[in-house]
Amino acid sequence: MHPITTVHYLALSAALLLIGTIGVLTRRNIVIILMSIELILNAVNINLVAFSHAAGQVYGQIFAIFVIVDAVAEAAVGLGILIALFRNKETVLADEIDLLKW
Amino acid sequence: MNFLDLIWLIPLFPLFGAALMLVLGKRLDPQPASEVAIAPGVEPIYDEHHHEHHHDHSHSHGHAHGNDHDHGHDHDHDHGHAHSPLKTLINFICPGMVLLSFIFSAGAVWQLAQRAERVYQVVQFTWIAGLPFHMANGHLATFQADWGFLLDPLSSVMILVVTGIGFLIHVYSVGYMAHDNGYYRFFGYLNLFVFFMLMLVLANNYALLFVGWEGVGLCSYLLIGFYFHKKSAGDAGKKAFVVNRVGDAGFVLGMLLMLSVLGTVKFTEVRSALLHFKPETAGFGVLSIMAVLLFFGATGKSAQFPLYVWLPDAMEGPTPVSALIHAATMVTAGVYMVARSAALFQLTPSASTVVAVVGAFTAILAASIALVQNDIKRVLAYSTVSQLGYMFLALGVGAYWVAIFHLFTHAFFKALLFLDSGSVIHAMSGEQDMRRMGGLKDKIPITHWTMFIGSVAIAGIPGLAGFFSKDEILWQAYSSPQGSQILWFVGLATAGLTAFYMWRLMNLTFYGKSRVAPEVAAHIHESPAPMTIPLILLAVGSVFGGWLGTPKVWTLFGDSFRGFERWLAPAFASAAAEAVKEGEHSASTEWILMGLSVAVAIIGIVIARYFYHHKPEIPDSIEKAVKPLHALLYNKWYVDEIYDFLFVNGLCKGGGLLLGAFDRNVVDGGVNGAGWLTRFSASFSMWWDTWIVDGTVRFTAFFVKMLSYPACILQSGRVQTYAFFVVAGVLVMFGYYVVR
Repeated sequence: MHPITTVHYLALSAALLLIGTIGVLTRRNIVIILMSIELILNAVNINLVAFSHAAGQVYGQIFAIFVIVDAVAEAAVGLGILIALFRNKETVLADEIDLLKW
Repeated sequence: MNFLDLIWLIPLFPLFGAALMLVLGKRLDPQPASEVAIAPGVEPIYDEHHHEHHHDHSHSHGHAHGNDHDHGHDHDHDHGHAHSPLKTLINFICPGMVLLSFIFSAGAVWQLAQRAERVYQVVQFTWIAGLPFHMANGHLATFQADWGFLLDPLSSVMILVVTGIGFLIHVYSVGYMAHDNGYYRFFGYLNLFVFFMLMLVLANNYALLFVGWEGVGLCSYLLIGFYFHKKSAGDAGKKAFVVNRVGDAGFVLGMLLMLSVLGTVKFTEVRSALLHFKPETAGFGVLSIMAVLLFFGATGKSAQFPLYVWLPDAMEGPTPVSALIHAATMVTAGVYMVARSAALFQLTPSASTVVAVVGAFTAILAASIALVQNDIKRVLAYSTVSQLGYMFLALGVGAYWVAIFHLFTHAFFKALLFLDSGSVIHAMSGEQDMRRMGGLKDKIPITHWTMFIGSVAIAGIPGLAGFFSKDEILWQAYSSPQGSQILWFVGLATAGLTAFYMWRLMNLTFYGKSRVAPEVAAHIHESPAPMTIPLILLAVGSVFGGWLGTPKVWTLFGDSFRGFERWLAPAFASAAAEAVKEGEHSASTEWILMGLSVAVAIIGIVIARYFYHHKPEIPDSIEKAVKPLHALLYNKWYVDEIYDFLFVNGLCKGGGLLLGAFDRNVVDGGVNGAGWLTRFSASFSMWWDTWIVDGTVRFTAFFVKMLSYPACILQSGRVQTYAFFVVAGVLVMFGYYVVR
């Protein structure tokens, strides 16, 4: 039985980041985009916690908690915007919302 | 006191009076501003009211313009200023100034007579400093005009006439104008006139003479239009002014020609310059043209054909003005000017002939018109024109001293006649039509007797002033080398007409049955002393004035009674005059001619007396018999109508047409052209604005837009695309690190 090392954590984090990024870039539904953003943030959190553990310090874990709070706030604001947008545009698809172009 | 050195004061006295009146008069005059001068014959509205109240002690009510000077007590209410201290002041200042001038003139003339050479010239200051110019012959000359005075026998006669007669007329005006509004204005103008007239006769060059010439014209205009609220008076003033300007154009041209040919306008220099010229015996040379141009100026001022038309209309002015300006002084300015230019006219027989013919023609033309006029002043006006014609006849035949002699005697009796007519009009409450007079002899005896003397004098009865001068003119017209029997005959006929129309006037006015309207007849009265005393003095002058120049054949009185001729002789002496010695005629011829002219005068008087006194129906039947002739004379030969047709309407209409064409083509054309030009430049400006200015701006914008186009494509509005760029960028940067 191999012990779980920092490299494993980093690999998981990279995978999550990749999945999240691809989700943000490719999925049309904004709800899913928001979820993908959560994946990216959690990939960062894993990184922070992993390095914190490896260094034997708690600063990274504290910072991770900040990021979780930030993610919550971001989700709340993002979903609020999404609902307002839906009320106006009757859609949640990101490619149909392209008002800010030249 | 050396009066000759004080000669500059002579014109200054009246100028001072005029300045005082015209600058301060209005401020001092207590009369309300609303009151304007009231003309004779115009009933002031406010008089009615007061007359009701003063009915008991004033027997006169139809009067106009306050003609009843001696009934002043009821006027004190109407015209509070009638006896104001100011008026008393004016009464003393204005005639007083002229009297001072007269005293200084008399003194100066007296001292001049003591001198060996009777010429006194003084330059007060340079007026127009030397302007260099090229004369006609190519020589360089300088035009200089001084404010200088020349007192010689000729101008001394003139200043004595102007100030002497002028003073008497001023005194008369005190009575005549007593109740007129605009008193100070009247006397101011009158004094100003005397000033300009003195400048005219005292000037030592033509340019300064012209200043006086225009100045008296101005005063004449102002005084003819004195009753300016009357349209006819205003029109007459304008007519006088315009007609005089026509003559003045001739004067100015003559003066410029003189400058160009002789190089000077100073009398003495002109005279010496003329010594180099030979008489232009054949045809018209440059000197003749000069002389005729100057004479044309004289026809305007002295009311000769064809420019006499303004003088009869000038009678719209107050009567003293008619006497002073339009009979005694101003209208003789032309005679004076031609006499002053004697040296020139002596060299130009053809121009002199023009003068003589025009004079004779004017004399008989005006006399014929005077035969049938009914306005007392108009008869006298035409008589003046006629007498001025006599003077020009004398000038034209080379008898310059006789012209001045007639000017001198005429000033007395014509001023007298005018002032008498003023006195009659005054008595008649402004009535001027002789058909509504008659039988005034006993009601206004002083006026009657003085006018009788004046009429005898002008008719040419021996012993009175008019006889001597007129007879001398006729004799000169006959005997002078430049005279002719035709000129003499015209003059003789005119003398007969003169006697006739004067006695027609006397009979219609003073004798026979009264045809006066009853309301006017009630208050006929003799004029007050300020008016009658000048009349008497002028009558004395009219009797004795002529004795200064008795006919040559009156040997009984010797040479001493030919003082006038000897006094003036130096002023007209010249080589040219010497050359044409008076043609020899026997004394018997002169006696016969004298007898003829007296006979003609008496016949004229007798016929007039018979026609208008004994058989008043004869004139009417003659009038009916030769209706067209009467109409022709009554309408003044239709000269006014012809002028109206030719000049006034002709020029107005033709000028209107020309003006219209000018307006349409030149003025409108200019405006339209300017509009077109503006539009053209505006369209160009618009083009420039659109294509160059805007074009630059738009092109800049377009250029930027084009440049920005690739960037625009990137801004799709899709967030995911942007995110993709971000990721791609990150990957590129990582890739860069990795590859490096």
